[in-house]
Amino acid sequence: MAIQQISVFVENKQGKLVETVKALAENGINIRAMSIADTKDFGILRMITSDNAKTQEVLSEDTVVNTTDVIAVKMGDYPGALYKVIDILAKADINIEYMYAFTASEALGAYVVFRVDDVAHAQKLMDENGMESLDNKDLF
Amino acid sequence: MGNYFQPEIETASREEILAIQNEKIVRQIKHVYENVKYYRDLMDEKGVKPEDIKGVEDIHKLPFLSKADLREAYPYGLLGTDLKNCVRIQSTSGTTGKRVVAFYTQHDIDLWEECCARAIVAVGGTKEDVVQVCYGYGLFTGGAGLHGGSHKVGCLTLPMSSGNTDRQIQFMMDLQSTILCCTPSYAAYIGETLAEMGYKPGDNKLKAGIFGAEPWTEEMRQSIQKSLGIKAYDIYGLTEISGPGVAFECEAQNGMHINEDHFYVEVIDPETGEVLPEGSKGELVFTALDKEAFPMIRYRTRDICVLSREKCSCGRTHVKMTKPMGRSDDMLIIRGVNVFPSQIETVLLKEGYTPNYQIELDRINNSDTFEIKVEMAPEQFSDIVSINQAKEKKLEQAMRTMLGIGPKVRLVPPKTIARSEGKAVRVIDHRKLHD
Ligand SMILES: [Zn+2]
Repeated sequence: MAIQQISVFVENKQGKLVETVKALAENGINIRAMSIADTKDFGILRMITSDNAKTQEVLSEDTVVNTTDVIAVKMGDYPGALYKVIDILAKADINIEYMYAFTASEALGAYVVFRVDDVAHAQKLMDENGMESLDNKDLF
Repeated sequence: MGNYFQPEIETASREEILAIQNEKIVRQIKHVYENVKYYRDLMDEKGVKPEDIKGVEDIHKLPFLSKADLREAYPYGLLGTDLKNCVRIQSTSGTTGKRVVAFYTQHDIDLWEECCARAIVAVGGTKEDVVQVCYGYGLFTGGAGLHGGSHKVGCLTLPMSSGNTDRQIQFMMDLQSTILCCTPSYAAYIGETLAEMGYKPGDNKLKAGIFGAEPWTEEMRQSIQKSLGIKAYDIYGLTEISGPGVAFECEAQNGMHINEDHFYVEVIDPETGEVLPEGSKGELVFTALDKEAFPMIRYRTRDICVLSREKCSCGRTHVKMTKPMGRSDDMLIIRGVNVFPSQIETVLLKEGYTPNYQIELDRINNSDTFEIKVEMAPEQFSDIVSINQAKEKKLEQAMRTMLGIGPKVRLVPPKTIARSEGKAVRVIDHRKLHD
């Protein structure tokens, strides 16, 4: 089961990122994971939150927001853990657009979020290879 | 080949049209010099005498008239005949400054209505047709012009005037209107209302529409044609010159034939006033060749167009003008190229963006920088950086094709472009600070 990620288009202007994060805090939304992609002109803030529907509602008032499916795979604590996942995806010709790591909670451990071009296929491969991955319900 | 209201003149050879124009201009300049003191003073100031004008090739020697002259000469200063010879006044709805008040003799009304009749016949109008005129009646030229033209053709004319959409639709259905005349935005609204009422495009008897008096795009044409199940045609005119029908579209739907036997057209550089060669983009200037009461000579319209003498499939020989691409007041000169905000708007709509944009100009190391910020809609946003950048590149390419000069395009979130009093600020020109 893939999980949902929310992406926000942020103008590269001082204070814009703060505004976004503040809005989530004020609405009691917990940011479970995040990464920022930056260009000279704009930034894209990608987040996995405790309440995606509410996040969308809070942010879409005055910014551009979209929701994408990603997979979040548990990382074992040994050398080559990340390579193992990437190798499976590469062999299946699945493109990784970007990825980032996060700790879901102390109990759940470390995860890597993969944004791929074929989410369903990638998820299926993870399941077949016995790789643990997160479900939306694990997070909320 | 199409139908013509006045076939001899509408398909006359270039030489025949020139002969008519040469004869009329000599007479007209004499008439104006003798009767319009305001223009006589302008000619004297420039040192031009009526004898200097031997044909249209001498028109460039004459002084221009502009909106400022109309204000200055308001209301009678540009009158070309005794008031007792006039039979009509029409006026613009101008919200700034004084209105334009134009006078007509019966001869002027007849030639104006003939021009509108040519437009109606060009879209397929005959005696059999029912023409529904929902341009405003009254001082505005829209209603009166098409109404008169419809009479001249012999169509059954429904003088609806604007508004009261329920009644418009009831008449349209009950009396089986075949040609609709109104503003394009009202045509689009009628189309939407018909759909809401449960009518399909084929349920009405309309076959054509003549839409003008405001700017509209090719996309709007397609959507009106679809929603009403008709062919939609453009018409151009201005009260100063007579009203709608100065130019009209034919079956080819790619530009408007200017009625050159009545209106001599020039395209000038709005900065220098220099006459540009045919095919250049510039400001339209009209000379009314045979109007009596309000004879405008070299009137600057501020509309930016391109003229074309390419042979038209309809058989008409009169020169064609493009839809106005913008107003000369809005023109920007960037790296020596004339750029109109309306061209940028056209590209944005075509590429699926909202027309919320802002142009930012600066001069760095003596070279102009040109950036366009474009507000993005949620469905255009991707969480992948390269996809957003590709969208910017695609817009930059489309802009370069349209403008002949390449801007940098930056996508920005909605509602980030500064607005003053609710209206978006379209141009920020830092270059002025450096000059
Ligand atoms: Zn034609």
